[in-house]
Amino acid sequence: MRVAFGEAILRLGEEAEDMVVLTADVAKPTQVAAFGERYPHRFLNVGISEQDMVDIAAGLALSEKIPVAVAFAPFMMRAWEQVRSTISRCNLNVKLVGTHSGLSASDEGSSHQSLEDVALARVLPNMTVIVPGDREEVKEATEAAVKSPGPVYMRIGRDEDVKFLDEPFRIGRAVVLRDGSDVAVISNGAITAEALAAAEGARVDAMVIHVPTVKPLDAQAVVSAARKTGAVVCVEEHSTIGGLGSAVSELLSSEYPVRVRRMGVNDTFGESGTYRELLEKHGLSAPHIRRRMEEAAEKRDR
Amino acid sequence: MSSAVELADLRHATDVQKLKERIREIRRSILEMTSIRGLHLGSSLSCLEIIATLYFLKMRHSPHRPRWKDRDRFILSKGHAAPALYAVLAEAGYFPKEELRTLKSIGSRLQGHPDLRTPGVDAPSGSLGQGLSIGIGMALAARMRGSRSRVYVLAGDGECDEGQVWEAMMTAAHLRLGNLVLIIDRNGWQLDDRTEEVKRKVPLRGKLESFGWVTYSINGHDIEKIIEVLDSAEKSELPVAIIAHTKKGNGVSFLEGTNKGHKLKLSEEEYLAALKELEAKPVCE
Repeated sequence: MRVAFGEAILRLGEEAEDMVVLTADVAKPTQVAAFGERYPHRFLNVGISEQDMVDIAAGLALSEKIPVAVAFAPFMMRAWEQVRSTISRCNLNVKLVGTHSGLSASDEGSSHQSLEDVALARVLPNMTVIVPGDREEVKEATEAAVKSPGPVYMRIGRDEDVKFLDEPFRIGRAVVLRDGSDVAVISNGAITAEALAAAEGARVDAMVIHVPTVKPLDAQAVVSAARKTGAVVCVEEHSTIGGLGSAVSELLSSEYPVRVRRMGVNDTFGESGTYRELLEKHGLSAPHIRRRMEEAAEKRDR
Repeated sequence: MSSAVELADLRHATDVQKLKERIREIRRSILEMTSIRGLHLGSSLSCLEIIATLYFLKMRHSPHRPRWKDRDRFILSKGHAAPALYAVLAEAGYFPKEELRTLKSIGSRLQGHPDLRTPGVDAPSGSLGQGLSIGIGMALAARMRGSRSRVYVLAGDGECDEGQVWEAMMTAAHLRLGNLVLIIDRNGWQLDDRTEEVKRKVPLRGKLESFGWVTYSINGHDIEKIIEVLDSAEKSELPVAIIAHTKKGNGVSFLEGTNKGHKLKLSEEEYLAALKELEAKPVCE
């Protein structure tokens, strides 16, 4: 994922002349080093100081630049208050990209895993929150973020390398990847690949909807999926509190109340392990998702 | 030759005299605002001369074109001194002076702490410790587009407790941002107590110098000195820090040098006493 991001940033450098890339001593692992080499005058590595980086980005935006600030997702959270008080409060045109998000920093352990970042970003007014799913979508979402005005938080994983989307990314648009009538599985990020695998060969007819934009949420797509199936399962590489599952629950509780099952990391921290092991442990691999969707379909509200 | 120098001196003296008169007007506005609503009077008065000197004798800016790209920029990092900034902006013509009376009222463009809805405000603040980083971003943008634009950041001495200030100090020195000036309003107080009681700042100058900043220390109420040091800063190739020694509540004797005026609303009696004191003081002392 991060490689695709690095390629997108490098390519955008050509056309978006006002774009400035900032990072906090993670140019290499976040893949923006190549941009820095090609455009040294539009690149700033501030060292290990995320708070400084985020407000420098705010200053650049106040001077009509388009800053893209890139750090590991867990440490971007360190600058949350700067994002709140300066960027989101004044609707500044700053793009924040958190890499190594979710469980993808796997072996590094819980300090390096970010299971709270979507919740923190989503609560902020003016903020657009994007969790792209595959290589192509990372590229398209990067471009869309840079080209649309206002603050954006985008989180991407480390090494997952999946490809499941044909439809081009548009901010605020969900994509139905598989139609079905018994249960709707709503997910984002690379974990959508697991949801798709779970739907194949399941005992129930599952709809799979990929929702790369958590905010603004594609309300129409979510409500119509709930209406059609009467049962919803949300899957994400995030805490079950505050992320996509919460956004879907908040919407459906008022617009079309059906039971929503939220799959994610259940109010706990991660630990070291391989990515696959962690998905397995937290019940986010295809077999787990399949079991939950079958359960949900059987106990659905109509 | 000598006559040209004399003429320049004369113009300078007239400018300074005019500025002092304007500052008296602005001080009156600030007192009036404080008689309507509780505000941070003490720290507004400690930095008034600094802000006024910047806007009236130093910065290139235009109230008619507040978003002019090549303007110099001012960031009030100690956002609680917003009344001083608002009063200066009104005096400069960014918005009508009558609007000052709406400060902190519902629907007003003059918020308790600065944000972008106020004409002339270049950056939001209120949460301490962020202004210098924002200033770095602006100074960098100016450098990237080859603009002469200069950036002035005013921070409080208590604010220097924030770690981000020192992250930014390192960054600005590393980038050799000669178009960036940090002024520290050294009034010696923060919310809870004297700055040195809450957390020791001294040697502040030594700290700034060791971070790679060209550092000056001046009387922050002395307009001539402020101008002199801002002039020198323009020749620097490195970021410049100015420690401006000030009195919290300057000009209001019952507040001066105390923390009583950190946040308060003046009673009718106090307001009249403060006004009387202001009128009694000769402008050219």
